[in-house]
Amino acid sequence: MSYLNYVLRRALQSIPVVFGLSMLIFVISRVIPGDPVRLALGPEASKQQVQALKAEMGLDQPIPVQYMDWLIGVVRGDWGMSLRTNNNVLSDIVARLPATIELVVLTLVFAVLLAIPFGVIAGTNKDGWQDHVSRITALFGVSMPRFWVAIVLQIIFVVTLGLLPLSGRLSDGVEPPPDVTHFYLVDSLLAGQFGTFVDAATHLVLPAFALGLATLAQVMRLIRSDMIDEQRKDYVLAAQAYGLPNNLVEYKYMLRNAFTSSLTVIGLSFGFLLGNAFLVEIVFAWPGMARYGVEAILYQDFNAIIGVVIVVGVGFVSANFIVDLLYGYLDPRVRLGDQ
Amino acid sequence: MNMATEKSNTRLPSIEDTAQQERFKQLKRTSQSFLQNTLSVVGLLMILILVFAATFAPLIAPYPDDAGAGVHFDRASQPPSLEHPMGTDTTGRDIFSRVLFGARLSLMMGVIVLSIAISIGVTLGLIAGYIGGKTNSVIMRITDIFLAIPPTLLAMAVVAATGASLFNVMVAIAFSWWSWYARLTQGEVLSIKEEEFIESSQALGSNWLRTTFKEVLPNVLSPITVKATLDMGFVILVGAGLSFLGLGAQPPTPTWGAMIAQGRNYVTTFWWIAVFPGLAISFAVLGFNFIGDGLRDAFDVEVN
Amino acid sequence: MAETLLEVRNLHVQFDTYDGVAEVINGVDFKLNRGETAALVGETGCGKSVTVKSIMGLLPGADITAGEILYKGQDLLELSDAERHARRGSEISMIMQDPMTSLNPVLTVGEQMIDVLKWQGERRLSVTDWLRDKVSRESDADYRERAIEMLADVEISAPERVFSSYPVELSGGMRQRVLIAIALLSEPNFLIADEPGTALDVTTEAKVLDLLDELVEDRNTSVLYITHDLGVAREVSEFINVMYAGEIVEQAPTTELFDNPEHPYTRGLLESIPTLSSGIGGGIEGHLPDYTDPPTACRFADRCPYAEPKCSEVVPYPRKTGNDHTVSCHLFDGETAYDRHQALTQENVNIGSPPWQEGSENETEPGVVADGGNNK
Repeated sequence: MSYLNYVLRRALQSIPVVFGLSMLIFVISRVIPGDPVRLALGPEASKQQVQALKAEMGLDQPIPVQYMDWLIGVVRGDWGMSLRTNNNVLSDIVARLPATIELVVLTLVFAVLLAIPFGVIAGTNKDGWQDHVSRITALFGVSMPRFWVAIVLQIIFVVTLGLLPLSGRLSDGVEPPPDVTHFYLVDSLLAGQFGTFVDAATHLVLPAFALGLATLAQVMRLIRSDMIDEQRKDYVLAAQAYGLPNNLVEYKYMLRNAFTSSLTVIGLSFGFLLGNAFLVEIVFAWPGMARYGVEAILYQDFNAIIGVVIVVGVGFVSANFIVDLLYGYLDPRVRLGDQ
Repeated sequence: MNMATEKSNTRLPSIEDTAQQERFKQLKRTSQSFLQNTLSVVGLLMILILVFAATFAPLIAPYPDDAGAGVHFDRASQPPSLEHPMGTDTTGRDIFSRVLFGARLSLMMGVIVLSIAISIGVTLGLIAGYIGGKTNSVIMRITDIFLAIPPTLLAMAVVAATGASLFNVMVAIAFSWWSWYARLTQGEVLSIKEEEFIESSQALGSNWLRTTFKEVLPNVLSPITVKATLDMGFVILVGAGLSFLGLGAQPPTPTWGAMIAQGRNYVTTFWWIAVFPGLAISFAVLGFNFIGDGLRDAFDVEVN
Repeated sequence: MAETLLEVRNLHVQFDTYDGVAEVINGVDFKLNRGETAALVGETGCGKSVTVKSIMGLLPGADITAGEILYKGQDLLELSDAERHARRGSEISMIMQDPMTSLNPVLTVGEQMIDVLKWQGERRLSVTDWLRDKVSRESDADYRERAIEMLADVEISAPERVFSSYPVELSGGMRQRVLIAIALLSEPNFLIADEPGTALDVTTEAKVLDLLDELVEDRNTSVLYITHDLGVAREVSEFINVMYAGEIVEQAPTTELFDNPEHPYTRGLLESIPTLSSGIGGGIEGHLPDYTDPPTACRFADRCPYAEPKCSEVVPYPRKTGNDHTVSCHLFDGETAYDRHQALTQENVNIGSPPWQEGSENETEPGVVADGGNNK
């Protein structure tokens, strides 16, 4: 019944999932590129060269052995070389990942924080003007392509109004703060560099907005419809009958129950944003992993592709895991029912 | 009036008949409530405009030749004006005309992709549901895997592997989209199977064609319609993203995404090149979303 | 001697529905005296919960087109939202019907009780108040004491354990007691008991009813008991209001009602009660009218075995047939049909058996052969 118990159990259940994921990725890595040796050597290579490279790459071993070799390599940090950058894929990704994560986390936080009050207001005023406005705004938000929103924002705020920077994480001439977490916002605060903090923040505003608008819209609508469902519940009527304050009922009695279904979507959104941030990253020249992944796909740099897929896959699984944990925390029936 | 006709007149209405009557009544109510919804009607108008523009593009476009390659440096990079309502791009092509032709491409892509996706999905769902057992599990596992992969990424991967062209993009997107329809259809078949008056598998076997058309398809029709309408919008969005990356139809084909990509370089100077195609995308997707949203509400009324 | 606590006068409530305007409550009048337990009896869909929610002010989608709800002499319908809110829970409280769904599943019983103790009556909780409360921990102990005391009062044997439990861990009977406890927490003057116990098995229901009886007596609370079961109403209440299709069709003190049931619907209900001697009772044929297209006169006419043409044309306004006994039925024009029938039998006129007895030949004619000219 304890929460710790629940957490441990969920963690244990995640392990086979992670293994399954790794196997899937392995299969993809062997299937998609066709003949990696040919790709590496080019069509002119002779049979012996092909054989030699095959042996060297371990591709003549039976599949399970290859899988184990590959898995061990992955865990050890040997993710191969990028065809495009000629660097170690892992180091490439490590250099770029924090940028993407900072962007995605901030986007998600901003989207959820705004979605909650708007969703609650829309839900508790069903068919009122607040509901209609929120619905139309949400529909707009979901209909505009993210990369185009990014461009429009640039036109308005950068070119016309000159308020915000055009691209990158920091302005020219601003030094990144000393590396602790690799997240500029956090590191600059830790180092007390408030100027850098503000600079990094202004660089995050437009990309986060462009990336998160659609997610905001989605989550807001979800919360709205869940709140409407909640209003029909008996315990909400009871809470009102007991004379509890309206906002207490909305946020403590209704939202907590309503939020649990939005939680799944939010968790999925994290993985989704991680994988789909590339369009926004491209427009804002954001030095992130998503952009790296797209460039890898376009270049057919398959080691890099696999590397990105691993990160995104792990991201997905972790996000779901955290969502499960939050579920267990918010809804006691889940952890009690687990027995 | 002979005995035969009299007898048939006194036949009790079968369960199927009353079910059909119910469905007609429901259909009437649904369309009524749909049309009462302002947003749905607006959406319908928007899409009608879109379809009209796409169909008659060659006739409406003021500069139909600009849809392809065209170089008219004398009118390059003009801001929006009466002659060029959306301005011209850096090689002097009228953007409005190109946008109209882009509408054709987008709509066509949406329709084709969804037709493929729905056909594959529903068929697989039917097979999985009827045959059941191992086939069912296998098909459903595959469906789950496809459902888990973000469609944009999958489409990108397929296109990257097969080469950039409009056709490949469509196949790629359809490839990732069928799974939801399969899952839905399979679920419906299973629930019909559970219904008591079709218990024996023999009855199911001999009547499966009839059952499909009379039971399964009408029931899945409403969720599929809602989702397909919304999906039209999403497919257009995904397609635009791919074209933006250069993975779609190659220039000079006027896909909206590619036009935005071209315009991106001139954001600081000739903003209209990137903005208007995006407006077109938003217009189209918004229209489909309005309709889809309205449909969802209209169908929900029945559930109430 | 009896002070009126609650008086509902001529209440009319309407809803806008997809199929038109539903006139659900069509002129309801009843009273509740201080310290009294009265019942509101009717079948599902007759408008009991709409009436109750109107009293509580928790009916957002409805139009109250006419009527007054007087509580302690003040018309609740005239009050502002804030004023009504202030009375909820503290003056007027409610015991919810379904113990399985009326407790918030994600909060412990204790949390819900403490929320009620702390914040009841305020319409909006300001952030500063909430923060201030979060910071100070001492007042919580007080509230906890009171809550646990109340749980013990409703005969829960391990009140501390229940206090820290989630609703999902408790049985139905236990949850119902919790609901009673919460309703009584702020010592309301007026309690609405919405079919407490219908969701429970019969034995548990009986225990819950007994418990409620005791508690209410101790505190001299006035109770309006909502139920569909006349048997239960007889157990718990001193006065019964019978409701049908949004109207009160008969009202009388309990003993009087059971001794002299007058309205055909009431009689039908009584006959439906299964007894050891007569077995399972019959039901009443037919069903409630469509509220969007209700009958213009008597709403029970199409199910009534004694209906006359007059019943579908003239509204049967409530009329007194005895001390405190009111009925809305044309059968009772001043003199009751019963009295008329009795009088005539005594005069040795052969008129057959009275219309309310089974197998009667005169089933649709309450009038009498010797009456000449009184019926249309």
